[in-house]
Amino acid sequence: MIRLEKRPQPSRTWTLASPILAVLLTMIVGGALFAALGAEPLTAIRTIFWDPLFNPQFASYSRPQLLVKAGPLILIAIGLSLGFRAGIWNIGAEGQYIMGAICGAGAGLAFYPSDSALIFPLMILAGALGGWAWAMIPALLKVRFGTNEILVSLMLVYVAESILASVASGLLRNPEGMGFPGSRNFRDWDAVANTEIIANTGMHFGVLTAFIAVIAAYVLLARHIQGFNIRLSGEAPRAARFSGVNPAAVIVFCLGIAGALAGLAGLFEVTGPAGQISIDFNSGYGFTAIIVAFLGRLHPVGILLAGLLMALTYIGGELAQLMLGLPGAAIQLFQGMLLFFLLGVDVFTNYRVRLNLGATA
Amino acid sequence: MDLSSISPVLLIASVMVSATPILLAAIGEMVVEKSGVLNLGVEGMMITGAVVGFAVAVNADAPVPGFMAAALASALLALVFGVLTQLFLSNQVATGLGLTLFGLGLSALIGKPYEGMKSPTLPRLDLGPLSDLPVFGRMLFSHDAMVYLSLLLVLAVWAFLKFTRAGLILRAVGESHDAAHALGYKVVRVRLVAIAFGGACAGLGGAYLSLVRVPQWTEGMTAGAGWIALAIVVFASWRAGRVAIGAYLFGGVTVLQLNLQAAGAAVPVALLSASPYLITILVLVIISARGAHGAPASLGRPFHASA
Repeated sequence: MIRLEKRPQPSRTWTLASPILAVLLTMIVGGALFAALGAEPLTAIRTIFWDPLFNPQFASYSRPQLLVKAGPLILIAIGLSLGFRAGIWNIGAEGQYIMGAICGAGAGLAFYPSDSALIFPLMILAGALGGWAWAMIPALLKVRFGTNEILVSLMLVYVAESILASVASGLLRNPEGMGFPGSRNFRDWDAVANTEIIANTGMHFGVLTAFIAVIAAYVLLARHIQGFNIRLSGEAPRAARFSGVNPAAVIVFCLGIAGALAGLAGLFEVTGPAGQISIDFNSGYGFTAIIVAFLGRLHPVGILLAGLLMALTYIGGELAQLMLGLPGAAIQLFQGMLLFFLLGVDVFTNYRVRLNLGATA
Repeated sequence: MDLSSISPVLLIASVMVSATPILLAAIGEMVVEKSGVLNLGVEGMMITGAVVGFAVAVNADAPVPGFMAAALASALLALVFGVLTQLFLSNQVATGLGLTLFGLGLSALIGKPYEGMKSPTLPRLDLGPLSDLPVFGRMLFSHDAMVYLSLLLVLAVWAFLKFTRAGLILRAVGESHDAAHALGYKVVRVRLVAIAFGGACAGLGGAYLSLVRVPQWTEGMTAGAGWIALAIVVFASWRAGRVAIGAYLFGGVTVLQLNLQAAGAAVPVALLSASPYLITILVLVIISARGAHGAPASLGRPFHASA
């Protein structure tokens, strides 16, 4: 009989090994999936994981895209990971991302066509505030009434999408856009365009912010009392209460940071890669970031690596769509599978597998 | 605005149709939660049911095999969740979210060739003299079989939980898995069965969306219906009858806002289309503010027989 025995402490080796094993398992099963879709599995895997970085034909375009896609994923996932560590399940990052983009863009467009140097910082601030405010709704409802934050934050994604559809064709619509929905293009407005800081690297202000967030989160969790309180609240809620940690403060802090970071990601996306507020500028980063957070073991450095890997699957997926005719949804499935395998493999982190062949039961 | 264009008879008739998918998913999820498992993957199972049901119904040119295949496919998907959470002891919240993300991807992949097609749909039942009643016949007694089946299912679940021994075991497992285990009940097995049942129900709900309610396949067509089903279980305080009330209430809100949009009400469209979600939040707040929850005591807690 195979028996699981709980480890007194999660295994360090398996904490590091399980994401790698999960990626390998996903590649194998994903390869089988691609074969079923009529693509040569090894070619498909190579197209997704190798070609975007090293194929001379595609790498010059794909490499910068890696940071462009990883930036928002990392930024959002860092915020989510703080909450997940404390047992606060904010799954509405997509909504916070949209609201941050709308608020930031709105604040900027109010001053169009000013070329003051203060506009972009103002937009960044408004973006962070927009995401923060949207996350405060589930936070305050949870603190005040004990309402389930999972459902509220998720419902607010749909509300944010309705607001987005409304402002894209109403309040923020480009007055010179011939009546088409969508705001002015921020990339044509030099004062606020979120361009590459270093040419041809994909490194824009959002990516820079993501890197800063990684470092800040690392310091917070490893060296700051608030980070310790967050971890304590998640791992031993009773102990946290006895030691005087205020659960309400942790909820407001975690959701607030997650919202603000998601809002920033949204703002940097509309002023940079997306260029404008349009009905569908949001591409599901808020949900993929959940996978990134788990794949990165809720650890800042892990999230950095996981964000890059997930960005690679996006770019590689597009390439596979183009070169091999694989459907785009296959990549979405691939990402979902990765999370499944990770959660399954994780059993080895917390449990030891014992084979007892004798009849001891 | 021309409110007279909204006919109350047609309104109530369409409420029943729009409530059915949520009702099916919610009653299934209620059974799962009664066994102490929180499966947040309802949305993913529903949309998988929607696409599988649609694809099979189109290929078989009949709706019934579609519903059966949808229930089977979603139950299988639910069992993936079951194996991960019950045997591999993974975190239920994270695994449920994973199930939703996986289901959305899977459905988009399967559904691609079926976009824009029309499916065979369920015929309206002819209930003889009942269907011929003035007003009420049109309102309540001229729907397809799934509408009545979903109500029967609610009744069956209520009776199962209240009167049968198996229902008692299921509730015991959900309230205290340690005690149930000590009494010799197979906690994991009971939960796996409940999870599969919940998946099948969600699949039926999804198939009802793509085969009857819409009836078409579009990517992401469940649009949060699975999440609303989860909210309804909370709203219903884990009671079958209240699940039905909740589902019909939300069906009503959805239909009413669509009718108001069509009638050109002087309310912003964004507010109307967000209203089902806003009302869900409002209801959740009211329920949680009122206190008394009635959630199964072991809900969401992992079970590991460490003896």
